Amino acid sequence: MLAWLIRRLIQAIFVIVAMTVIVFIGVHVIGNPVDVLISPEADQAERARIIATLGLDQPLWRQYLLFVIDALHGNLGRSFVFNEPALTLIAQRMPATMELAVTAVLLSIIIGVPLGLFAGLKPNNLISRTIMAGSILGFSLPTFWVGLMLIMVFAVQLGWLPSTGRGATAPLFGVQWSFLTWDGLRHMLMPALNLALFNISLVLRLTRAGVREILPMDFIKFARAKGLSPARVIFVHVLKNILIPVVTVVGLELGSTVAFAVVTESVFAWPGMGKLIIDSINVLDRPVIVAYLMMIVLLFVTINLIVDILYTILDPRVRLEHKA
Amino acid sequence: MTSVVLPSSRPREETPFRRFVSQFCESRLALVGLAVFVLIALAAIFASLIAPQNPYDLAQLDIMDARLPPGSSSSVGYTYLLGTDDQGRDMFSGMLYGLRISLGVGVGSAIFAAAVGTTLGLIAAWFGGKIDAAIMRLVDLQLSFPSILVALMILAVLGKGVMNVVLALIVVEWAYYARTVRATAMVERRREYIEAAECLALPWRRILFRHLLPNCLPPLIVIATQQVARAIALEATLSFLGLGVPITEPSLGLLIANGYQYMLSGKYWISFYPGIALLVTIVSINLVGDQLRDVLNPRLSR
Repeated sequence: MLAWLIRRLIQAIFVIVAMTVIVFIGVHVIGNPVDVLISPEADQAERARIIATLGLDQPLWRQYLLFVIDALHGNLGRSFVFNEPALTLIAQRMPATMELAVTAVLLSIIIGVPLGLFAGLKPNNLISRTIMAGSILGFSLPTFWVGLMLIMVFAVQLGWLPSTGRGATAPLFGVQWSFLTWDGLRHMLMPALNLALFNISLVLRLTRAGVREILPMDFIKFARAKGLSPARVIFVHVLKNILIPVVTVVGLELGSTVAFAVVTESVFAWPGMGKLIIDSINVLDRPVIVAYLMMIVLLFVTINLIVDILYTILDPRVRLEHKA
Repeated sequence: MTSVVLPSSRPREETPFRRFVSQFCESRLALVGLAVFVLIALAAIFASLIAPQNPYDLAQLDIMDARLPPGSSSSVGYTYLLGTDDQGRDMFSGMLYGLRISLGVGVGSAIFAAAVGTTLGLIAAWFGGKIDAAIMRLVDLQLSFPSILVALMILAVLGKGVMNVVLALIVVEWAYYARTVRATAMVERRREYIEAAECLALPWRRILFRHLLPNCLPPLIVIATQQVARAIALEATLSFLGLGVPITEPSLGLLIANGYQYMLSGKYWISFYPGIALLVTIVSINLVGDQLRDVLNPRLSR
């Protein structure tokens, strides 16, 4: 187990190093680093000074080393637009994205599990068929377009919910959160639902498949024969066995939910990391782009590592495979 | 001589291809999907003949006709069936031309990604050992990142443009082909016909592409169909974010993005109809793909 963990850690570090090389090549070799790292407003003397301080007159391997050392010190350059350290900017936007992603994941369980349970218990019912057909749409519909349509119906036509922005926030642990105020919750409902759409379909299908698989099993027959009420059989015996795979998959999907928040945040003008990176790409604010890419790679490598470790702890079969 | 029968007059013999066609036709939904997709593809190919207006020809545009609702008539007489956008372009014509770019990018990237992924998948399965481990490690690594993130990284470095989007989509997609082809090829390479080909001392390239590849085709076709739909959706998303195709070559995603700012004032049609076109395209491809999967899946074969 320990040897495996160390191997896995080395692998994770290798991925991060590989990504720094790729990002470095992307910015310093494919693009012109002078254009990339120096604001276009700088004059000739200013440019020469910055080239010297940034070490752009150094050989390539030294530049890469400098880049890595700076990155390790959390110094990934200053944003041209905000004139703030890029890393600080991203750290400021991170709570908004996390809040949205976690709400979306919770919504997908709250909506997906009951619908999937119903569709699994009554597979030939008309409502079940509608639910299943709807889940196909959930996979096929382009997320950003659904977001636009949500705004059109609920914000423009009906006027029930605010169309964009984050609304009022309240502080908790020194960070501003939307979910603590009524106005913030109203702002969050549509983006979270939009982001959850794909996961709702996924959870729904997983739950339905799980119910279909578990219902004919002996322990369910036994529970029924014992005279337990149908509600107890479903909500205790069936549900307990379904939730394990559902929670695993949803946990795995948290990472991609954070990634897909880029789209939802752009549609609903939600001021998170995703909106920041898109805005930065559009105005070529390269230090922020580099910082975002490094941060997100770090985030994903960490998530993947944690998931792998949890897998080995939770699922004995995976552990056996590694021993073999 | 009476026993001589011309090949053309033979009774309809059961060939794998005919069986495949008749099984595919069993699902009416898949047939509808196929018909709709063929119609959409034809509309995209012949866009310049069908469209009432050339949306790129500035002489045909009238800024006075900007943002007209569906069904309004233009200053020169004909009806804008689906309304006009902010430049006074006929939405219907714009969508036909946009469809052309969306489909072109989607299908084009799928073909290149299939070529790259299949070749690497076959090589991994054939040589095994370190080569296999290296290729599959790369596949695992890439699939551990969501597709939109990989595409975002590439476009953040390369900038926008049709070719850059195609490149990003190829990088995103190849891993799916490589994984699928490798899994099938691992099974196939132990069969007798491969052994026979090896005994003939055929060069490995010939065995891979003439003997192994044709037998790996069924799962490859299924993956390719799904990937075309995914590529179209991803391209639309990237273009909507402003990272995809340039404004001079608007795809459906960019058309939807153009309508975004006008939607808050109730002018829904600029975003609504391109989205419907996108949805119908993706759903029709997925319907065909689902049926292909059911027919070509050896586990479900009857």
